[in-house]
Amino acid sequence: MSRSSTMDVRSVTEPLGVERVSQPNGAEGVARLLGWLSLGLGAASLGAGREMSRLCGVDDSRVARTVLRIAGLRELGHAATLLVPRRAGWGAWTRVAGDVMDLTACAMALRSRRGPRRRRLLLATSAVAGITAVDVYAAVRAASRPRPLEGERVTASVTVNRGVEETYQYWHDFYNLPRFMYHLQSVRRIGEGRTRWTAKAPAGRTVEWDAEIVADRTNQLIAWQSVDGSPVPNSGRVEFRRAAGGRGTEVRVELEVIPPGRKVGALVAKIFGENPQQQVRDDLRRFKQVIETGEITRSDSNPDGISVRRQMNQRPGQPLATPIERPVATR
Amino acid sequence: MRANCYIAPNRVAIEDVPDPQILNPRDAIVRVTSSAICGSDLHLVDGYLPTMRKGDVLGHEFMGEIVELGPGVRDGFRVGDRVVVGFPIACGDCASCQRGLYSLCENSNPNAGIAELAMGHSPAAIYGYSHLLGGYAGGQAEYVRVPFADVGALKVDDGLADEQVLFLSDVLPTGYMAAELCDITRGDTVAIWGAGPVGQFAAVSAFLLGAERVIVIDRYPYRLRMAREKAGAEIINYEETDVLDALRETTAGRGPDACIDAVGMESHHASAALHAYDRAKQATRLETDRPHALREAILSCRNGGTISVVGAYGGFVDKFPMGSFMNRSLTMRSGQAHVQRYMRPLLNRIRKGEIDPSFIITHTMGLDDAADGYDIFKNKQDECVKVVLKP
Repeated sequence: MSRSSTMDVRSVTEPLGVERVSQPNGAEGVARLLGWLSLGLGAASLGAGREMSRLCGVDDSRVARTVLRIAGLRELGHAATLLVPRRAGWGAWTRVAGDVMDLTACAMALRSRRGPRRRRLLLATSAVAGITAVDVYAAVRAASRPRPLEGERVTASVTVNRGVEETYQYWHDFYNLPRFMYHLQSVRRIGEGRTRWTAKAPAGRTVEWDAEIVADRTNQLIAWQSVDGSPVPNSGRVEFRRAAGGRGTEVRVELEVIPPGRKVGALVAKIFGENPQQQVRDDLRRFKQVIETGEITRSDSNPDGISVRRQMNQRPGQPLATPIERPVATR
Repeated sequence: MRANCYIAPNRVAIEDVPDPQILNPRDAIVRVTSSAICGSDLHLVDGYLPTMRKGDVLGHEFMGEIVELGPGVRDGFRVGDRVVVGFPIACGDCASCQRGLYSLCENSNPNAGIAELAMGHSPAAIYGYSHLLGGYAGGQAEYVRVPFADVGALKVDDGLADEQVLFLSDVLPTGYMAAELCDITRGDTVAIWGAGPVGQFAAVSAFLLGAERVIVIDRYPYRLRMAREKAGAEIINYEETDVLDALRETTAGRGPDACIDAVGMESHHASAALHAYDRAKQATRLETDRPHALREAILSCRNGGTISVVGAYGGFVDKFPMGSFMNRSLTMRSGQAHVQRYMRPLLNRIRKGEIDPSFIITHTMGLDDAADGYDIFKNKQDECVKVVLKP
């Protein structure tokens, strides 16, 4: 989060205490830079082929000039794969492949060149070798996905058309949470300000941990933390604010999974899913549905309600074949 | 039950699908007695609105009889009630619904996440109208599940025929809202692009709201004839007359006070070259929507006038005449109709005989002939304006 920028102008999100999850994007940056380099090289080879071939010491051969021109075209392809997609992933590897081709071409050209041309060609070859090293670095970095669950903090927010008191109260009754937090099976009070959370794990298994409330300010904030020895060390807080103009209540949730070991990390992933950020956002949408309408919205293609995880693989919009249990009125 | 399903672009078919069931406390199951094919169904079937899947049940204009009620339905609905259902699915409890903006319900779209990616924020879900807008089964079927039935369904008297009240589900409120968005003051001149059902009802409504002159623009003589004879509008056939010239001429240079786009994303242009230009961009996904009508509406509107957009758009348009729009202090208002806001008052107008919406019906067919109905409607065969399907 930017504490302050020039002229001490603060971001509108700053007073909310919302810390943006910052993605390390160094590798992305290098990949983009290489993309621009490709664009430059490609344009130069195509637009100023004669000058480029002189620079590389291969202006004496028609074949070499053609090879250079083809390489230029290829560079434009690299540029497209690196600059167009939102995440430069495998694009960087296409550059490495291109580098291998270029080094091979250089080696072949070196065999028949002497004198100043050979000197210039050696220089060009070493430049290509240097770029190859950068390309390999960028490709390896860009392709290795960041591990999302090591001590990750996720935040999400929603505005509900209910007063602060009602909203706070609904959340404060922790046993309501599983209604809209799908990874939870139950939350029970076990006394002394402690609660026992039971989460669903694959294959019908469950994972349990105890949590204690570490802060509770009426109509403002609730914060909780798993107690020592929890299989899934985690903490969370939810803040309630009157929306501008009294138009409902703003609910902001922040969950943090304390850096777990590898084994625990796998467990956490099973419970919270691949994308905990998305899951918290879905939880809040369902929270809004439940507190405003009394039910989770279900469509024929999403009979279990909102879930971005399942959105890419929906059933068609036609009635379910299997009967479901008749719902009961809740309000 | 039998239901009309989307199969592939330009293909629908009657399929045997499971009967709907109550999934939530506020659901009702309605046995459909009449449904209709909407112009926006054509956008879906033509493949211009993304996220349709094979097997999606189509149809968002329908009415029928309640055969099953969830335990949480409020407001004294009973099994056996005859109801017409508004096309936007709305909860009635969120801030948007309580402001009367039912087509912007914040809770009805379980695929709001996808819609946010496409549009920034999600509108309400719509029956049988792509997965982007909810993935709900539609009403071109024998039965349909109606979520939030106490908000979406309106009881109708036995004295009125299906044909008189069916269009409360969509096209009548949409046409009425199109006119209402124009903020008509007595004596205004209103121009309407599109003489389909929405354009016809917009013309009727503009007169009801105080317009002195209503000019309807289309290229099908039979539709223009309907606008003149049933709605009392003046007409322009854009294939015979240059629309901008004609409107400038007929208003002695001022332009209409308000312009309604009741066409949307698949509009046509009299110039084959201009049409081909936008059609090619649409085919190659350089734009998703062809805005010929919208461009003309903006360019012809009087200085300081209002553009009302109720024709359906899905994504992006090119060559939007922003300079004309900005420099001439135009106002643009738009939206999917907030149907639930208009159903009751319009039902009263129907009861009083101020509007008889049944005049747009040109074809009544069995549900099993839905594919034919789509074909006739799309290709404007047999002077088709509106197809009603009976299960």
